[in-house]
Amino acid sequence: MIWNKEAECMSAEETKELQLQRLQSVVKRAYELVPYYNKRFNDLKIEPEDIETLEDIEKLPFTSKTDLRDAYPFGMFAVPTDEIVEVHTTSGTTGKPTVSGYTVEDLDIWGEVMARALTMTGVRKEDKIQNSYGYGLFTGGMGVHYGGQKIGATVIPISAGNTMRQLEIMQDFETTVLTCTPSYGLYLAEVAENEGIDTSKLKLKAGCFGAEMWTEEMREKLEKRLNISAQNIYGLTEIMGPGVAMECPVKKGLHIFEDHFYPEIIDPQTLKQLPDGENGELVLTTLTRDGMPVIRFRTRDITALNRGICECGRTQVKMDRITGRSDDMLKVRGVIVFPSQIEKALLKIEGLEPQYQIIVTRPHHMDEIEVMVETSPALFSDEVKHVEEIKKNIESKIHNEIGLRVNISLVEPKSLPRSEGKAVRVIDKRNI
Amino acid sequence: MKLKQISVFLENRKGRLWKALNILSFAKINIRALSIADTSEFGILRIIVPEPERAKNILEESNFVVKVNDVIAVSIPDEPGGLDSVLEALNKLDINVEYLYAFVEKKGKNAIVVIRTEDIDAGINALEKGGVTVLKSEEVYSL
Repeated sequence: MIWNKEAECMSAEETKELQLQRLQSVVKRAYELVPYYNKRFNDLKIEPEDIETLEDIEKLPFTSKTDLRDAYPFGMFAVPTDEIVEVHTTSGTTGKPTVSGYTVEDLDIWGEVMARALTMTGVRKEDKIQNSYGYGLFTGGMGVHYGGQKIGATVIPISAGNTMRQLEIMQDFETTVLTCTPSYGLYLAEVAENEGIDTSKLKLKAGCFGAEMWTEEMREKLEKRLNISAQNIYGLTEIMGPGVAMECPVKKGLHIFEDHFYPEIIDPQTLKQLPDGENGELVLTTLTRDGMPVIRFRTRDITALNRGICECGRTQVKMDRITGRSDDMLKVRGVIVFPSQIEKALLKIEGLEPQYQIIVTRPHHMDEIEVMVETSPALFSDEVKHVEEIKKNIESKIHNEIGLRVNISLVEPKSLPRSEGKAVRVIDKRNI
Repeated sequence: MKLKQISVFLENRKGRLWKALNILSFAKINIRALSIADTSEFGILRIIVPEPERAKNILEESNFVVKVNDVIAVSIPDEPGGLDSVLEALNKLDINVEYLYAFVEKKGKNAIVVIRTEDIDAGINALEKGGVTVLKSEEVYSL
């Protein structure tokens, strides 16, 4: 079933026409109503009238996460704050969070795109959605909530955590659709197995998983262990929240709801657009956002776009599963970690060379961080127990800084790769 | 009475021990005694050589992390119960052994034991009181 055939199966020509019309309108609103965009456009000597075709979007400046953060809290709003009926923020681990403001119209559109997404997951009016995304400033909980209610399904707003209660509700309420992060989904499956719950007897039929990067291997496990169809949802607070794109039952990419969000793929080095099918950084422009229009937001997420009519009947452009990040920012077990935080912790240790490498892996569905540190005479002793103590000390310093446990590997001096420019600090082995 | 020992940090990686020994071989440094402490993640190579400072410098030139510290070398009869008397002497005065390693003299009837106690002076004192022969550096180097 398709929630909105008119939009989701629109021809390429009609889509382009609609997108141009909406792009021109959003650019005009951003220019006139958001001082930040007004200044950026003026600096570049661009006027809204310069956007005559969709290709002209390349004339527009990018919006980065820093730009949004600098506008904290409400500097990016295009409407007076009394028009804003809801706010959400990013986690803000490394400083001020990014605020996203929604008008009544925005919430309606959010509900619409989430209704499309949940319908792709198999949600119908008679379904019961166990919404195990966090409710709060995080967008996951409310996004699913609005979409589920728009469909008319029963939303169980259980939020994240309290796994035993999750399993109890799942059985007693006969939940049919689960929405949560893929790692939490696997954890639920594991606990269910340990508790002797026969997952094949559950009424669960599908899961809508997102808010973190995951793989095909994880899909297989989720589908097998929970006896469901596991589908990938994509979104980000800066643009809307979940519901920017969703994987259809064909499971060969995520349809971007391009009548509301205009996608581009750029080369993160040259910042030039890349053709369809090529991997690059996803850039998104909100086409209909009322409260907070965002022009050419650099998501840092690496993917590729593919067009054509999908086997499911939809025509909206598809993006691949996210395969990485164009910057160093890491999301580990849902926590944002910057290499600079680890560096900060390392520099607190006397005699330690600031040479390190962070390796992120996911051996058992849970992310693991290994930090390779070069030994120095100050960190070395003829006794094993002293070296172990030093290792533990480094581990706890990093733990204090990032809130996650890491494993320190001491390596020989000068053995980590040096580079002329930016050192390769992070090796993320989670994505193939 | 104290003996200089060199400790070298070894990453748990193929060829690292060989590399360290190769450097010493190239510098014509003859190893008198050797032991390796290994953990799942790294190793510590401990050696006794006649010119500890020179060995340290050439290893450091090749980016090894090296520490020089004191250990005790004792000579014991190479027969059953030989080591027992050493440990008995230390135990009597409550001296903890951090680690030790032993090797047999090429000629003669003795074995040499290298001992690391937390407090080296206290260790030597205990051994001497127990009638154990503590060797001078030169005696070990010329073995």
